[in-house]
Amino acid sequence: MSSGSNWFAIRKELTPSQSTFLTGLSFLLPVLLWCAVSYVPWIWHPMVEIQNKGDVSYFREGRLVKKDVFQRENNKMLEAGKTLALGKPANPIYLPPPHQVAKAMYTGFTTKPRRKGEPWLHESLLHSAKIIFWGFTLSSLIGVPLGILAGCYSFFKKLFEPFIEFFRYLPAPAFGALAVAILGIYDAPKVSIIFIGTFFQQVLVISNTTSKLEVSLIEAAQTLGANRIQMLTRVVIPGILPNLYKDLRILLGWAWTYLIVAEIVGTSTGITWFINQQAKYRIYENVYAAIFMIGFIGLATDLILGWIGDRLFPWENARKGTQEGVLSRMFSSITKYLRSLTSKTASS
Amino acid sequence: MNIDLPSYLDQSEAVKKRFDELKKREVLLDVQNLDKDYITRKGSVTALNKVNFKAFRREFISVIGPSGCGKSTLIRILAGLEDPTGGQVLLDGEPISGPCPQRGMVFQNYTLFPWRTVKKNVMFGLEMAGGSGTEIESEAKQWIDLVGLSKFENAYPNQLSGGMKQRVAIARALANKPRILLMDEPFGALDAQTRANMQSHLLQIWKNINITILFITHDLDEAIYLSDRILVLKAHPGEVQEVIEVPVSRPRSPEQFLNPEFIATKNRLEELIHPKSDKESEELNIVRMTNVNDNIE
Repeated sequence: MSSGSNWFAIRKELTPSQSTFLTGLSFLLPVLLWCAVSYVPWIWHPMVEIQNKGDVSYFREGRLVKKDVFQRENNKMLEAGKTLALGKPANPIYLPPPHQVAKAMYTGFTTKPRRKGEPWLHESLLHSAKIIFWGFTLSSLIGVPLGILAGCYSFFKKLFEPFIEFFRYLPAPAFGALAVAILGIYDAPKVSIIFIGTFFQQVLVISNTTSKLEVSLIEAAQTLGANRIQMLTRVVIPGILPNLYKDLRILLGWAWTYLIVAEIVGTSTGITWFINQQAKYRIYENVYAAIFMIGFIGLATDLILGWIGDRLFPWENARKGTQEGVLSRMFSSITKYLRSLTSKTASS
Repeated sequence: MNIDLPSYLDQSEAVKKRFDELKKREVLLDVQNLDKDYITRKGSVTALNKVNFKAFRREFISVIGPSGCGKSTLIRILAGLEDPTGGQVLLDGEPISGPCPQRGMVFQNYTLFPWRTVKKNVMFGLEMAGGSGTEIESEAKQWIDLVGLSKFENAYPNQLSGGMKQRVAIARALANKPRILLMDEPFGALDAQTRANMQSHLLQIWKNINITILFITHDLDEAIYLSDRILVLKAHPGEVQEVIEVPVSRPRSPEQFLNPEFIATKNRLEELIHPKSDKESEELNIVRMTNVNDNIE
């Protein structure tokens, strides 16, 4: 077997086509599983959707009942010699089939809110993004400088890190009640939960990244006449910038995971409000759609940031060939395509 | 093959004259009674013990010794990256303290700033000194020219080979117009061919600018080929064993590797660095693992 077609070589790169295939598969497999459960009647389907209620008094057409209940009632009808109810296998209401969820991705945006004054879906999403933005930005404004200081100077490392190590074990949601008491019930406590969830990890991660900068670069700068401030601003900061950027990308993902708990603090808002509201109405395809949207927004932001990063730090990939990830390659080919489209329309 | 080698102490007229002239030059670097102890958990370890030597202006001096002899410690003290426990170092008669662009340093592991292009790397020292604009840019270009990398001035370090990186590092250190260039096994990570090129290249640079070079290496040929004098250290503790005046005439060329005085010097270095008793104890007791009767020797 040639090395190129070897799928299971330990710590060996796959060929680009192999990795593209697997990337597709990693999304396709769960979707296929979901399709199978939804569309193949003999897989799972623990419920029965009533099509004709027959003589069962409490059955309603279109309603779901458990299989054994349906069977029991029909047995009773059989004994009594009455008309049997008719039904087809169905999944519980909380598992809508893929096509309904896909449709909800679109109709979620076009459906008017039920009550006046309630936000549209896009407004909810925007509100969530705003919470993340402020929580993450505030955390970074303080966390990045502290992290760099702790990574550079043992003084600050010893001063900050022990307490932060302790504090980061405290779950951010635990501060919800306090945050409401101090900051009220609107956005401020939500931002503060994101802040608490991000900040302490951020200082430690960035301190670690900073301390990993090759010390010989700093020594070289010293022998070239750099003073203390220059070593920080001209060597340490540019030296860690690409890794700092990567850290922030990862931490931003972290911030998103605190979103839902943050948004139930005080008055429920944003995408969390939308999800809970739709669950109350039992429109579960909207619930799934909203959850997936969080995932898509997260993934898209990460890809965009990765793409920007490749351009911000050209020295990082000056000799890099095919190591670029499949997703980012897909993304850059999409942007290339879009650019060619816009230039075409512009010229025509 | 047994030929009578001259003593490494015999110097031809021309070489002798050269050394007489060299020693008449002013003393650039004066290392006096240098001690360095490291405190470890098991107690204190002496890395350097009463190291004394002088380097004259425009001299090429090498430091050689077995591993653990403190040659890296020595050069780091000279660069100001570490403080000695005792003794002092004078540069042009002034005691040194801390790192300073007067003492340029080239490290073994390149240490180029990966986010700066070749040109920007060379400009670094000039920027630190407060220079800016086209003036220092054209100055940097001259140094890049000197090391023969004008074509690569806009390349990033990770696009360069090891030898090219080290040339940039040399240009970067020289751009500060140092009094002395300290080189810590600069060619240690290069392959044999590149290393040979870099050695001749370095001799060219040394000849063309007013610079004193202190060069650390563990390669005996390299030390003899490049240096005027070789400082031989011994390990545990690091002490000066001998200062050898290399009897090979200048200008140097690779053909001289086979000259009797070259070989005599190399033999002497071998004696000092790998004494006989060491060699014998290193002899391996190898058990024959094959019963095939073919004799491969």
